Amino acid sequence: MASAPIEKYKTGLLGWIDARFPLSEFWIGHMVRYYAPKNFNNWYFFGSLAILVLVMQILTGVFLTMSYKPDAGMAFASVEFIMRDVNWGWLIRYMHSTGASAFFIIVYLHMFRGLLYGSYHRPRELIWLFGMVIYVALMAEAFMGYLLPWGQMSYWGAQVITSLFGAIPWVGESLALWIRGDFVVADATLNRFFAFHVIAVPILLLGLVVLHIIALHEVGSNNPDGIEIKKTKGPDGVPLDGIPFHPYYSVKDVFGVAVFLFVFCGVLFFWPEGGGWFLEDNNFIPANPMKTPEHIVPVWYFTPFYAILRAVPDKFLGVMAMGGAIVMLFLLPWLDRSPVKSIRYKGMISKIALTVFAISFVALGWLGTQPATLLLTNFARMFSVLYFAFFLLMPIYSKIDKTKPVPARVT
Amino acid sequence: MKKIAFVLVYLLIPGWLMASEGNLHLEKANTNLADKASLQRGARTFVNYCLNCHTASFMRYSRMAKDLGLSEEEVAKNLMFASTKIGEQMNVAMSRASASKWFGMVPPDLSVITRARGEDWIYTYLKSFYLDPSRPFGVNNLVFKEVGMPHVLWELQGYAEPVFTETHGGGEKVVTGTKVIKQGLQTPEKYDETVHDLVNFLTYVGEPSKLERQNLAPWVMLFLALFVGLAYLLKKEFWRDIH
Repeated sequence: MASAPIEKYKTGLLGWIDARFPLSEFWIGHMVRYYAPKNFNNWYFFGSLAILVLVMQILTGVFLTMSYKPDAGMAFASVEFIMRDVNWGWLIRYMHSTGASAFFIIVYLHMFRGLLYGSYHRPRELIWLFGMVIYVALMAEAFMGYLLPWGQMSYWGAQVITSLFGAIPWVGESLALWIRGDFVVADATLNRFFAFHVIAVPILLLGLVVLHIIALHEVGSNNPDGIEIKKTKGPDGVPLDGIPFHPYYSVKDVFGVAVFLFVFCGVLFFWPEGGGWFLEDNNFIPANPMKTPEHIVPVWYFTPFYAILRAVPDKFLGVMAMGGAIVMLFLLPWLDRSPVKSIRYKGMISKIALTVFAISFVALGWLGTQPATLLLTNFARMFSVLYFAFFLLMPIYSKIDKTKPVPARVT
Repeated sequence: MKKIAFVLVYLLIPGWLMASEGNLHLEKANTNLADKASLQRGARTFVNYCLNCHTASFMRYSRMAKDLGLSEEEVAKNLMFASTKIGEQMNVAMSRASASKWFGMVPPDLSVITRARGEDWIYTYLKSFYLDPSRPFGVNNLVFKEVGMPHVLWELQGYAEPVFTETHGGGEKVVTGTKVIKQGLQTPEKYDETVHDLVNFLTYVGEPSKLERQNLAPWVMLFLALFVGLAYLLKKEFWRDIH
């Protein structure tokens, strides 16, 4: 923050508020005198877009809740009621269902940005950790939300995932029973997932997003060069490579929002099923506990981890590998021993490693949607090994890799 | 890098081929929701032939009247045999218990069947019944093996017999097609049209708001395109002094 004192309003409504609440301090501290590096590229749109989609999911969720029935006998029909008999219900529902996939696309790109430019490096470890907890909470939110339409994929997806807890030795079966509230996924499960989906996890998410942003504003944003702009300040205490977030990045983010909405509405209005990726065909068949679908496939944003799970022959070890794949991401700030942050100044090994990791993640995502044939399982094994190698070998290759000199000022 | 990518793609090809195996060739339904006359003909076929056993319990007659350009009186007189009130949903008189007893299962609700199965599948399915004396209703189906449903549209299509093809090695015969041996009330071309209209109607029933959504879409996109343009100009104006 700059050294100049923050001017408060003296008169009028804002003066009245400022005398009672730090409104000007908030606005000026977090927007007008929050100095962000001037060299943000397109990768830096996804943070604000994630907030946009979060707000959109909450708002559409509120309106869906007004007509949705969390009851195994009525849930499927109530979703179709929303699609047909509620005014603009189809739009609200499609915004929510397409929004879920959009959220994950944005969050994955946002995380990949962190990998590219080393945004998890000191002093931003906590931002990264809060972000990772957000990601895990988001997966829980999406998983429980996916049960609510009570279609075949909702039902059997939840059945498969809850049964994974059964793989834990000794307590597993009781734990799975406790989570479901029944021997199989049933009305009790639907009710509690609804409660978590609409109250518990959203509150958690909002709180975590606040922590994520407070931590970010404490240390300042990273940038594509991975240079600390606070190291080079002008006589007024303002970083020379920093520009006020408002208006510069607020108007830039409005442009990002516009482009995002263009793409998002394109999907929503012309292609809401997303070819079966956003709304699966099988989910238009009401849940039937007596009839297991031929292929049970989680939604696309879980499939990389699902592929890792299936790649391991033992169920318990598979669950551990799946959990481990997520734990690896948490450890990233301490695995990367490179003296530079940004991929721009890292050496060839790091570049290849990141490319291989990105390919592995996408490949695992695709493999997770396919039937587990021997050939495909072997591919899943190969990509799982590559996925883990990226993290586990990082302390070595990031240290020995040749780096380029980092300039003092952003480029 | 290119070499690695090439090798990867090359190695993945067998996977793709395997994944697509077993998919029968489906005929294109070519639905067109803007064709009101087709939707109306499809509705008539639907209420006459399907809506005796199958329900469309998320679809209201009044909504159908509005979307198909029919008056409520017209619908009540010509298309509403199973209900008495125009605001009602398309249900049937047959109880679930009787249905289970007669057919071995409750015939599935057809409200969103095109979204679950796909339009082309339904279209092909309705054209692929063939005579099979081993089945309880005397018919089997090319895309739905051991189907429990009788060939309800037989009086329109007539009867078809299976066309067998021998598999390469074993000499085992597999049904790969059907051939009409006794024509019904309609010529094959006319029957195709009837099934097309029916699938068109079922597609409408699957998502009544689809036409509204698609009509709204160009305006939304136009607005957003303008928004993108203006937001870009605004950003450019603000950023002029940043070097």
